[in-house]
Amino acid sequence: MKTFLPAVRLLLALTFLTGIVYPLLITGIAHELFPRQAGGSLLASHGRIVGSALLPEKFSSNKYFWPRPSAGDDGTNYVAVPSSASNFGPTSSNLVATAQSRLTAFKMANGLESNAPVPAEMVFASGSGLDPDISPEAARLQINRVAAARNFSQEQKRALSNLVHREIEPPQFGFLGEPRVNVLLLNLALDSIK
Amino acid sequence: MKSLDWIQLSFYFGALLAFTPLLGGWMARIYAGEKHFLQPPLGWLENLLYRYAGCNPRQEMDWWHFCKALLWFNGIGFAIVFVLQMLQSKLPFNPQSMPNLSWTLALNTAVSFVTNTDWQNYSGEATMSYLTQMLGLTVQNFLSAATGMGVLVAMARGLSRKSGHTVGNFWADTVRSILYILLPLSLVLSVVLVAQGVVQTFTPYAVAISPEGHAQQIPLGPAASQIAIAQLGTNGGGFFGVNSAHPFANPTPLTNFLEMLSILLLPSALVNTYGRLVGSTRQGWAILAAMYLLFIAGLALALWAEYQPNPLMPGLANMEGKETRIGITDSVLWATATTDASNGSVNCMHDSLSPLAGMVAMGNMMLGEVVFGGVGSGLYGMLMYVLLAVFMAGLMVGRSPEYLGKRVEKAEVICAMAATLAPFAVLLILAATAVTTSAGLSGLNNAGPHGLSEILYAYASMSNNNGSAFAGLNGNTPFYNLTGAFAMMVGRFAVIIPALAIAGSMAPKRIAPSSSGTFPTDGLLFVLMLAGVVIIISGLTHFPALTLGPIIEHLLMQQGRMF
Repeated sequence: MKTFLPAVRLLLALTFLTGIVYPLLITGIAHELFPRQAGGSLLASHGRIVGSALLPEKFSSNKYFWPRPSAGDDGTNYVAVPSSASNFGPTSSNLVATAQSRLTAFKMANGLESNAPVPAEMVFASGSGLDPDISPEAARLQINRVAAARNFSQEQKRALSNLVHREIEPPQFGFLGEPRVNVLLLNLALDSIK
Repeated sequence: MKSLDWIQLSFYFGALLAFTPLLGGWMARIYAGEKHFLQPPLGWLENLLYRYAGCNPRQEMDWWHFCKALLWFNGIGFAIVFVLQMLQSKLPFNPQSMPNLSWTLALNTAVSFVTNTDWQNYSGEATMSYLTQMLGLTVQNFLSAATGMGVLVAMARGLSRKSGHTVGNFWADTVRSILYILLPLSLVLSVVLVAQGVVQTFTPYAVAISPEGHAQQIPLGPAASQIAIAQLGTNGGGFFGVNSAHPFANPTPLTNFLEMLSILLLPSALVNTYGRLVGSTRQGWAILAAMYLLFIAGLALALWAEYQPNPLMPGLANMEGKETRIGITDSVLWATATTDASNGSVNCMHDSLSPLAGMVAMGNMMLGEVVFGGVGSGLYGMLMYVLLAVFMAGLMVGRSPEYLGKRVEKAEVICAMAATLAPFAVLLILAATAVTTSAGLSGLNNAGPHGLSEILYAYASMSNNNGSAFAGLNGNTPFYNLTGAFAMMVGRFAVIIPALAIAGSMAPKRIAPSSSGTFPTDGLLFVLMLAGVVIIISGLTHFPALTLGPIIEHLLMQQGRMF
């Protein structure tokens, strides 16, 4: 009893401190200073939510750039609740077959030569199933397809190339992480090219 | 690897090494009860906590008293987390109307968070209410970390006191760890995480309609506050199922860097703290050198393996299970750091790593989580190896072994052996059970040697309190929930109890002045000896199993075999 009671009381007090005061304090600070980020970086267009700037959505039309394949692909969109990965090991025949078919499909859709290199992230599913980004090269390879599907003139196609170039996010502070293009943001900007 | 990769690696190691003595010195002041800059603003709260709880922070405890306080504190903590999960559907802060969990999953999760493991047989965003996440899981992220730190400090006292039988006061160590170390660091980290895009809100999930017209549910919740302490306290449990691969948990390269730094920040600094507490920073640096040696060796092998092309998929970098913004180098660095520390958070899927990089992750845990290891727990685990190393050195030269001037005798060596071998025995016995029963095999996601790796990894992770996974394995079955809970209990308390017993038996021993016959434990020879003892004890235990899993998978992959 001499140890039990202090244990219970200290546990309750620390639960109050770290389980209620602390998360509420952070939530308060977050809503004061960074309300958009704290709320999921939601993107609105014409008064409705079209997605989050940090999450990808599935695009299958040729009129849009395509994100990475996802293990959470339910056929129409990428499922975010719950997030999921394939968890295939490197010697999995499932992985090899899936990667082969994605590779062929990507080359065919984008009119690439059969021996052309394809960025690996377009062939392999991401860890989160919700990778919003692709490499700049993977975006460039899709420009012809998108331009053709939209019947773009030469001038519009140049505008598209410039847009892709503008959307490239370099490594943070010049040295952290990889250069990348956020596919949803690119596609939302794309609809504004007239 | 590009030059940018080398710059990131150097920056990481530079930051880690710079913070180690800074934080190490500060923590030493806190545990020694000296004055420090957080005392004026927070001292009243510390005293209020003691007064409310009715405990006297200045009352010294012997090791058994300390241990009893720890066990009650953890036991009641377990009960709270368990009950929260079993009742969450009736409780507030549950906007998604999450149902109650099955009792086996609730049991596994409660043990998992109390033991600082954070193994997760569930996806947070589809299973846990906001209340369970913050009042159950976030709280244990703090308390389990503080528990580990307390045991370490008790050991440092036992090894350095000149007389008496006491090892400190559990209540004071716990309160100080939380109030002065874990909470302030978590506050700073959470705010930076939110600024970069980690979510922190109590509103229900949002629903978006994509430009192509399809709906997507967007998960939200008080994530930043939990992720910050999960990284700093070597807990590693994800707010979301895919952990820090999730863009809402780790949105930018900066958050990736800071979370990765947080994984090793305190485990590395605590070794420095230990050196100061026992009165010789060199003792700390020597142990730290052995840790960095093993860390860098593993990292080098894993990076080499991950950059090798997979002969089954020529011409493609290994991006399965990895994020574009993070890339291969930072994925492998994280995977190595998180398994060296008993953190267990991931930013890529370890199941999809190349066989040898996966083996490094698994092997790091199989060393017993002593290369940095968990906050506190890593170093008290390493001190077991230190005692074994001086014991072996003593046997070689025929002198009775000493550590820090105190004789290491039969009782201490037995305790150190028990603490070292208990998790290993549980790992091998349970993994062997799983591969020979249909209940174990039914959880597999991959065939061939990789299937064995999934099971080995699971028990290596749980019995050493890491918590990362080859996540293809479906662990939410009564078999894995219950055997896993047992493994995590043994991995935690079968090390804590002997560690405290050693602290208790060493405390009253006389400190003999060092002589020409003393084996110095702060030199290069000792560093190599310690790393060698870690490799030999763990290697002899686990190497046969590793040959049947990742090693044979690597060889078969070179021949183009698939499963």
